[in-house]
Amino acid sequence: MNQNYSIERGTSKIRILLAILLILVAGLAAGPLLLSANDLDHLIVLFIYIILAIAWNALAGYGGLVSVGQQAFFGIGAYAAIRLSYYGMPVYLALPLGGVAGAAAAWVASLFMLQLRGGEFAIGMWVLATLIQQLVSLDPLIQGSTGTSLLVLNHFSPAARRADTYWLTLAVLLGLLGLLFLLLRSRQGAAMQAIRDDEEAARSVGVAVAPTKRLVFVFAGFGAGMAGALWLAASITFQPGTYFGVQWTAYMIFMVLVGGIGTFEGPILGALLFFALETMFGATGVWYLIGLGAAAVGFALFAPRGIWGALEARMGWRLLPVGYRLVLVPESQHDAAASAAVQFDSHA
Amino acid sequence: MIWINQILQGILLGGYYALIAAGLSFLFGVMRVINLAHGSLAVLAAFLLLVIDHWLGISPFVGLLLMLPAMALVGVVFQLGVLERSLRGGVLIPLLATFGVSLLLDNILFALFGANTRSFASHIGTLSYGSWAINRSIDISQLDALIFATALGLLGGMHLLLTRSQLGRMIRATAIDADAAALSGIDPRRVRVAAAAMAMMMVGIAGAALGMRSSFEPYAGGAQLIYAFEAVVIGGTGSLWGTLIGGIVLGIAQNVGATINPHLSQISGHVVFLLVLVLRMRGAGGLLGDLRRKIRRQPMAPT
Repeated sequence: MNQNYSIERGTSKIRILLAILLILVAGLAAGPLLLSANDLDHLIVLFIYIILAIAWNALAGYGGLVSVGQQAFFGIGAYAAIRLSYYGMPVYLALPLGGVAGAAAAWVASLFMLQLRGGEFAIGMWVLATLIQQLVSLDPLIQGSTGTSLLVLNHFSPAARRADTYWLTLAVLLGLLGLLFLLLRSRQGAAMQAIRDDEEAARSVGVAVAPTKRLVFVFAGFGAGMAGALWLAASITFQPGTYFGVQWTAYMIFMVLVGGIGTFEGPILGALLFFALETMFGATGVWYLIGLGAAAVGFALFAPRGIWGALEARMGWRLLPVGYRLVLVPESQHDAAASAAVQFDSHA
Repeated sequence: MIWINQILQGILLGGYYALIAAGLSFLFGVMRVINLAHGSLAVLAAFLLLVIDHWLGISPFVGLLLMLPAMALVGVVFQLGVLERSLRGGVLIPLLATFGVSLLLDNILFALFGANTRSFASHIGTLSYGSWAINRSIDISQLDALIFATALGLLGGMHLLLTRSQLGRMIRATAIDADAAALSGIDPRRVRVAAAAMAMMMVGIAGAALGMRSSFEPYAGGAQLIYAFEAVVIGGTGSLWGTLIGGIVLGIAQNVGATINPHLSQISGHVVFLLVLVLRMRGAGGLLGDLRRKIRRQPMAPT
């Protein structure tokens, strides 16, 4: 049977979706002109959660690396911003450099940590995070576990500070999403998705596994570092115990696992869900955390592809064109069943 | 003399680390799973013992007779409810599931018992402070010696069980190749349940030791997991006696660090762990294997 086929990156609905996305982004960018201070604060938190979820998903979902120590880079991002602003650097330059510090630390850590496999890597990263927390606490500027504050920010009026932090957070979020999107469509992205699906098979067809994993690890370190610096900009105070706490990783795992690990859209959905749950139940304290733990166990055991993964498998949904689709065009053109697209990338 | 004392105390502390690492190492050896809930399960065991002592008003040593079977039951439930299912899900799922279990356990314990730190030190009489004086500057705590002896006994007992008993042979067969073991009439599922129950009893002993030699609170599990993991990695993954060596190296590193500066106790332990990682990169056999290969490559006399 001689079949014609064509390869397409997305469906025709993509253009409509992109238009909606552009309008949404424009609306979000106008946020400080339209929204109340309280709404802006909430949106900043939501954006930081999405950044954390994207970063952890890149690492675990595409690199196959489960880390319980990404709080190391979250803390380093905030600490570097404090240190640099203490040395006299303008604060809105010091904050993005916090992300760069996270990426640099990830590059150094990649030299030895990526030798570890599976669970060894997971806890090894936790040890590294604990060590970095203890070293940061030795810095006299931080005053041990008491912590310090990014006092420079108090020179700005609260409204200006809030708007600047909001725009910076939104810019970082869109930048990271754009970067990941381009990365996934590139040669490196094909390698990342191949490693996600089967590391051994990817290696056997010539994918350079180690450099690809390092790239993903540095990307995740940059994202977590940026998130830490932005959290500092929003909350001003810095305590090593809070920033280097393992709860950040717990949140990241929850968002990615529930949203859909190894998908582009899943972590965003997971972050939205996490943010909604926290707004509704966060006040119940420990019971809320028990619920998060139970949901994480439940999803890991019974729905490991998360909500988005399940929807995608059932409905064939794909919002953003990060993969390839193979469309079969049989010679009998009137055959309606032929319009069923066979998904070429192996999400299913 | 202070250094000799610090090293001796470090060796004794290593006994505790070996004890807490034994369950982690054993479970990894049998199922190739690193149980991220390991530390939280040890803290759960300590709280179980606390409740048993509180209700029955008995010594923690007698309480162990009730706590250890309870922990074995926890192991069966943990294996059937979480591990067995997650083993089928590839590499990531067991990590995510056991991390979720640790989050769940820590917060349930917090909801039930609050943030207070607890200890069995006041329940075990003179043992908590009794010591033998070796000379003017060296004392050996009786409790530390007991914990070290327990670690030796536990690791030795496990070694005997694994090498000499029928169950041990079944466990080793399942660990090496579960499918092949099933072909020769072993039910790998049941063997793994037995192994999980044994691992949780080891965790139970470690939890009791934790509560006797220091204190615990609902969120103390993370640190115990880290110590256990460091001991396992330093000693070489998957070897029971290596775990003892790893625990001792970790204990010495922490004590020597603390002597230089109290802030350095934890830090020097972590640094030694990372150094071992870096040295291990030089080859599968680690630094020693590397050295041996070099020696072999260079003959003594020119040929």
